[in-house]
Amino acid sequence: MTPSAMWAVLIATSTLCFAIKLAGHSVPERWLANPRLQRINALVPISLLSALVVAQGLVVHTHVVLDHRLAGLGVALAALFARAPFPVVVVAAAVTSAVVYHLH
Amino acid sequence: MSELTKNTVRDSLSVALTVGAYGVAFGAASVAAGFSVLQTCLFSLLTFTGASQFAAVGVVASGGAAASAIAAATMLGTRNALYAIQMAPLLRVKGLRRVAAAHLTIDESTGVALSQASRGTAAMRLGFWLTGSGVFLFWNIFTLLGALGAQALGNPASWGLDAAVPAAFLGLVWPRLENNFLRLVATASMAFALVITPWLPAGLPIIASALVAVAMGWRAR
Repeated sequence: MTPSAMWAVLIATSTLCFAIKLAGHSVPERWLANPRLQRINALVPISLLSALVVAQGLVVHTHVVLDHRLAGLGVALAALFARAPFPVVVVAAAVTSAVVYHLH
Repeated sequence: MSELTKNTVRDSLSVALTVGAYGVAFGAASVAAGFSVLQTCLFSLLTFTGASQFAAVGVVASGGAAASAIAAATMLGTRNALYAIQMAPLLRVKGLRRVAAAHLTIDESTGVALSQASRGTAAMRLGFWLTGSGVFLFWNIFTLLGALGAQALGNPASWGLDAAVPAAFLGLVWPRLENNFLRLVATASMAFALVITPWLPAGLPIIASALVAVAMGWRAR
């Protein structure tokens, strides 16, 4: 991505995310009271974050690639099942992935 | 300080410090994606909503277009509008204070405010402002540390940063999966994103996964 495109991402993301927050503080409550909208809105973060896990962990550009990152993700999953705190999960994944990367 | 106030302050500060520390992961992920340290810090100062920030740099890192990065971040930010709608009648602020309240409206400030309901309106307001400004302070400090750290480390794969980022997403979604239906939504979204990956430009499968949320949230359960 070009440097100007990266600035565009930064500025547009910041502006839009702030506008959303301010809009919520300014509109009447009933505007977003639609139950269907609320149900979908509660699920959107789960869908997007889940997709980001695979897009970052199992994909290179437009190909599914299983590599050292998968080992890191596996350890992260195990750590989460063991109720490890967030920093432990992230560091365990990084260390595992780095070790596998250097073994190759 | 009364006993009640003390409890609210303790709740707010412990959340602010814990969540703020995640900023290290964002700072590192952003620099690994190719953003400068300055841009990384501006993200945390100006966007100030963690999941959206992670999504924007995540899409950029996966080779997606700028529009995809902005769309993913914005969609993740829409839940803040619902938080704001709940917080506005509680805070009752206008002008500049409303602008500040809007900027600080995130998962944690809303969560702590709502959790103080049994202690009264004043405790809820205190919880919102203290948690919001506390997270803002720590999130930005730790973002800078993470960004400087990642810049010093160099090749992201060599230090496992390329696995730390998806692991961070997994850690962010994990606490939300409170029942089997939500776990099914997460699994279906991952499967859907993987299946459509070869057919769409990089980054778009992330946004397209919102269709899973729409399909599964369409009808009441």
